Amino acid sequence: MSDVKKFLYVNRKAPYGTVYALESLEVVLIGAAFEQDVSLAFVDDGVYQLTKGQDTAGIGMKNFSPTYSALGDYDINKIYVEKESLEARGLTLDDLQHLTWEDEDDDWAEKDSIRVVSASEMAEIMDQSDVVLSF
Amino acid sequence: MKFGILLNEGPYQHQASDTAYKFVEAALEAGHEIFRVFFYHDGVNNSTRYTVPPQDDRNIQVRWSELAEKHNIDLVVCIAAAQRRGILDENEAKRQGKDGDNIAPGFRISGLGQLIEAGIQCDRLVTFGD
Amino acid sequence: MAMLHTVCKSPFERDAMKSCLAHVVSGSSVLLIEDGVVGAVDNTAVSDLVKGAMENVSLFVLGEDLKARGISEDKLIDGITVVDYSGFVDLATKNDNVQSWV
Repeated sequence: MSDVKKFLYVNRKAPYGTVYALESLEVVLIGAAFEQDVSLAFVDDGVYQLTKGQDTAGIGMKNFSPTYSALGDYDINKIYVEKESLEARGLTLDDLQHLTWEDEDDDWAEKDSIRVVSASEMAEIMDQSDVVLSF
Repeated sequence: MKFGILLNEGPYQHQASDTAYKFVEAALEAGHEIFRVFFYHDGVNNSTRYTVPPQDDRNIQVRWSELAEKHNIDLVVCIAAAQRRGILDENEAKRQGKDGDNIAPGFRISGLGQLIEAGIQCDRLVTFGD
Repeated sequence: MAMLHTVCKSPFERDAMKSCLAHVVSGSSVLLIEDGVVGAVDNTAVSDLVKGAMENVSLFVLGEDLKARGISEDKLIDGITVVDYSGFVDLATKNDNVQSWV
């Protein structure tokens, strides 16, 4: 019998300027196979990782943003985005990809994976996690 | 207590590798177990045996190799991050058709699952980064 | 749960310390290490922020990193506890979980 732990992946950096966003996502995808209780947190500049319409042709780097939309298929559906981080950057939920998952316990109904939370709610989520991976 | 260590930065560029090493030393001295040190992102660069730092300064790679040998610590280098940055063991070099390998003694290349396993098995997982 | 938060960057270089302090739950501990120890000094532009946080959380600073940067302990904010690496390990053990603000 294995323990189920609450894993939280914390993302605070914008994509492409550094490798952290891409390589953190790679951990999330591999980690999905271990059937733990997984949540993702996007705080500060991390919110930019989820923006719509990323076009990386000009910078010559691979656009990995489509991968976020596959998270639902990996049973990763607790994606917390911080409200204060969005507001400070003049962003709204509309600027982000619409990430969804299908709830097999609810007749495969499509539901939103992104939950916008306040900083104090985010603090609680962090505090309650067993394993916090920061990139 | 059983500790897992995630090291995200390379040697010399950031203090992360030094702090992680000092933490591990202190934990061992206090009687704790170090289950695994997982090297990710530029952290994989701690594992090349070709570094030649100045004689009057610490040799970060040798320090890790020696500590691992002395205390039987599992030093795992992420294969995906290693491939991007050119860290190879003998098998990987053959598999990828490269003309040599460079991994230092005591380090082994493996998958990200080893990091997740450390998170599951350990009492505490501590990240050292930038 | 009581969480240990570590901050390794200076508050004048990055917003990691500020972000950490905005996300700590009462009863947690914050340990400043590496360049982050700069945040423990009194009478700087961020001291008020740190003092405010100390009403709810315990602040610690890694002594070896202070010494390395020539910062003497008498310059620190009152109430911050100086620990060494074994103190760092103790904090990780005594708290329920650890989060590194990188």
